[in-house]
Amino acid sequence: MGRYVARRLIQFIPVILGTLFLLHLLSTLTIQVVGDPVRALFGENAPPAAVIDQMRADYNLDDACLEQPGNPCLGLFVDRLGQYAGGDFGINFRGRAVTEMFIERFPVTVRLTIIALVFETVVGILMGVLAGLRKDKFADNFVRFFTVALVAFPTFVFGTLAQLFIGLQLGLELRNSDWAPDWLGQMLNVGYNADYPWLSLVLPGVVLGSFSLASIARLTRTSLIENLRSDYVRTARAKGLRTRRIVGIHTLRNSLIPVVTYIGIDIGLLLGGALVTEGIFNIPGVGQLVWLAIQSNDTPVIIGVVTILTIVFLVANLLVDILYAALDPRIRYE
Amino acid sequence: MSDTMAGQSAGQTENLSTKSGANRSLWGDVRYELVRSPVFWISSILVLVILSMAFFPQLWAQTSPNTSGACPLQNARVKPSADHPFGFTNAGCDMWASLVWGTGKSVIVAILVTAGTVILGVTFGTLAGYLGGFADTIISRITDIFFGLPFILGALVFLAIFPERNIWTLTAVLTVFGWTSLTRVMRGSVISTKQKDYVDAARAAGASDLFIIRKHILANSIAPVIVLATIGLGSFIGAEATLTFLGVGYQRPTVSWGLLVSEGQNLALAGFWHLLVFPSAFIVITVLAFILLGDVLRDALDPRTR
Amino acid sequence: MSETLTENRKRQPRSPLSGVKFDDSAPLLEVENLQVEFHTRDGIAKAVQGVSFTLNAGETLGILGESGCGKSVTAQAIMGILDTPPAKVTGGQVRYRGVDLLQMDEKTRRHVRANKIAMIFQDALSSLNPVFTVGWQLGELYRQHAGASRKEARAKAVELLEMVGIPAARDRVNDFPHQFSGGMRQRVMIAMALALQPDIIIADEPTTALDVTVQAQVMALLADLQREMQLGLILITHDMGVVADVTDKICVMYAGHAVEQANVYEIYERPGHPYTKALLESIPRVDQKGEELTAIKGLPPALVNPPPGCSFHPRCAFARDRCKTDEPPLYQLPGNRESACHYWEEVLNS
Ligand SMILES: Nc1ncnc2c1ncn2[C@@H]1O[C@H](COP(=O)(O)OP(=O)(O)OP(=O)(O)O)[C@@H](O)[C@H]1O
Ligand SMILES: [Mg+2]
Repeated sequence: MGRYVARRLIQFIPVILGTLFLLHLLSTLTIQVVGDPVRALFGENAPPAAVIDQMRADYNLDDACLEQPGNPCLGLFVDRLGQYAGGDFGINFRGRAVTEMFIERFPVTVRLTIIALVFETVVGILMGVLAGLRKDKFADNFVRFFTVALVAFPTFVFGTLAQLFIGLQLGLELRNSDWAPDWLGQMLNVGYNADYPWLSLVLPGVVLGSFSLASIARLTRTSLIENLRSDYVRTARAKGLRTRRIVGIHTLRNSLIPVVTYIGIDIGLLLGGALVTEGIFNIPGVGQLVWLAIQSNDTPVIIGVVTILTIVFLVANLLVDILYAALDPRIRYE
Repeated sequence: MSDTMAGQSAGQTENLSTKSGANRSLWGDVRYELVRSPVFWISSILVLVILSMAFFPQLWAQTSPNTSGACPLQNARVKPSADHPFGFTNAGCDMWASLVWGTGKSVIVAILVTAGTVILGVTFGTLAGYLGGFADTIISRITDIFFGLPFILGALVFLAIFPERNIWTLTAVLTVFGWTSLTRVMRGSVISTKQKDYVDAARAAGASDLFIIRKHILANSIAPVIVLATIGLGSFIGAEATLTFLGVGYQRPTVSWGLLVSEGQNLALAGFWHLLVFPSAFIVITVLAFILLGDVLRDALDPRTR
Repeated sequence: MSETLTENRKRQPRSPLSGVKFDDSAPLLEVENLQVEFHTRDGIAKAVQGVSFTLNAGETLGILGESGCGKSVTAQAIMGILDTPPAKVTGGQVRYRGVDLLQMDEKTRRHVRANKIAMIFQDALSSLNPVFTVGWQLGELYRQHAGASRKEARAKAVELLEMVGIPAARDRVNDFPHQFSGGMRQRVMIAMALALQPDIIIADEPTTALDVTVQAQVMALLADLQREMQLGLILITHDMGVVADVTDKICVMYAGHAVEQANVYEIYERPGHPYTKALLESIPRVDQKGEELTAIKGLPPALVNPPPGCSFHPRCAFARDRCKTDEPPLYQLPGNRESACHYWEEVLNS
């Protein structure tokens, strides 16, 4: 196990450097082609050249290589890496540090992501197991149809509809009624409410997790069906074990291995989806920061936050990989 | 993550390709399965309707909302009525016409992106899988790195820098971030076919690499590629609409589904539900049609996954 | 972690087996006219069509036949571990000490498995659960069936591994299946089968997946343990050499039918069914150097809609017109043997 972790850590370094370089390379190339975002920010009524130059210096956009299309700007990349290492991910157009804004808002996003993850794994695995055990019966067909339908709802569509029909129409009813408990109304709300830091994130969390819920349910189902057919299940039956034990202990652990792999990838999806969900439900998280930055054309914030989120994703992925090894001894001893 | 992902998808395609390799009447079986499946019929009819809306919108709604005078302001946000069962948009255009004329915006990007990702994915996947060695290492590492960048986040950064976003920028960005999964699947599929006896036999008989790739390897990988491309079409439509909704896709005054939803979101809370519900329904039904079709194809091509 | 046995007794009620009246004077295992069908997309496949045999304590019965003839299905039907559906046992009896297992309720049947009848499978790697240690998988039997504590179960697992000749058992007990060699894994499977001291072991091609040298070792181990514990052993195999070495009786199967049954010497001396004869002629023998080996021509029939008459007639050298229409019954041959061939006398004397 120790050796596996060490190996994963060593592999991690080129991946994170590569990803950051990719981000750098693509943004540099774009700037080289379309011109720098400072000028785009002001459009026609631009301030004096001196002001623009000052801003470009502040945002690291004054490097000469940004005017040479095709130049990968390696020097700039090394500079940036140095800044990233020192926790500096740039400043917004009003001069606030992106890192500071990120840290301020990150806890909300973490809570939202946790709710989504818990929801999608618990419900997804339950649905997958149910479908897998009742293959070709009603429950299975239902789960199969339901998951396909769920995947067809992009997060923003599901989010806006849920906000309208659940948060507003159903939720308002509950919040105004005498009989419904307070927590229920808060759970199904149209937006974030700082007085209920977890409850008011439940509906957005469910929206955020629903896309992956479908994938997890299908993955669990397929993998369970495959494992139920495997030779070791036959052995377990020959050992005279209860069906409950064969499914719950022998098969489930094996079936969850691909699900854990998926969760690693899914954290990336969730961080991207959080942007949409936080925008819709007005949640003061990191995603909303990006959402607002898009509306005000604040490119440095977008690049800075996306860079941090990418690093968060890669680290989370590393942790999931280690969890994966804990579940599957064959990986551990490779 | 990356190794296991690749292994997993390679395993899945192997099943698809072994079947097609072992059984020449596969396509006959597939046809038999498909013809009997109501889901196949429903989804393919929907797909045809959607495609015809995308390419011939005038068949479904005569006046484009972009023609002058098509959107009188006094009609803004008017609710559905018998004459106009879908109501009017925030700009006063007929909702049905806007949705029909907006279809092309989403569908054409998705088709272009799918074509782009299939070309890139098949080329790089085949190269990596067939050549192995150094080429494989390079291509696999590059795909790993792309996987390190979450799709929406990556696309967002570049679209945000572009001052102008249109069909081409959207296509370019979605292709750049979409080619990797097909590459991986293709690579796995090629590696498993390469080890088959009949490929050795062909090589021993003096067949050239190009011939082997064309005749054996591509023929065996076609099934998973079709399935993934169909599902991909659906998800790229969703992705484009998402980016547009976030404000980094199509810009006003273009008529597109994502923009309509984004417009409808706040107004729906104010009581104009039709501004949100109809555009949402169009997106969902379209994505659903492609995903269902892909799903049904997958089931027919690989009965094991059912 | 230490649970006392008394606690466990409470949790683990008395075995339902104690309520069943086994007749110790009855033969160990009698299979009578066993029939198994598979419901497939193409129709109903009759995988086993009337197999009968008797196994006594200390005896080894070999089941022979080419691939797909229903050997594994027969074994799994006896164990009661067929997937239903698609499989269905449609007739016959499987009597253990006089009690028909097919009539037993599932709970009791479950206790018969491992406690009375155990099974060894062909591919030990895929037959062991990859994510649990070997010790855990062995110990599970004691924990589930005997209410042993974790510690007791582990000690038992070490004992078992030592019994089947695994060196450094105390350390290896914590290893995972993929860390063992093929032969060692099959030893683990044998240990697992013997754990609860059953009376019958069914070994389904236990050595097919192994190297030739390891095959001999594993076979010898199995034979030794069987003799020591006076087990009834059902050995399914393709390997005629192994059959000659260790079995007492042989049952030859063809397309779901038991076509011949006899004691091992008689079968090798004078086969009583054309299929057995062909099978014997298709193996190389030291005393027949120079003579030509004859493979059995043709393929076994489809199990869905099989042709009428004797299922072997299309490939049979002795076939006449009658064989195409009349399905042969099991003829009783002299010397307590059986053959499903109309012309057994001719075959015997050829
Ligand atoms: N799950 C199943 N579904 C349908 N048919 C099956 C199934 N399992 C077995 N069969 C059929 O039952 C027949 C007997 O299979 P069985 O596994 O008993 O053969 P076998 O004699 O053990 O062969 P081998 O020597 O290759 O192990 C085969 O023809 C097979 O087609
Ligand atoms: Mg078998």
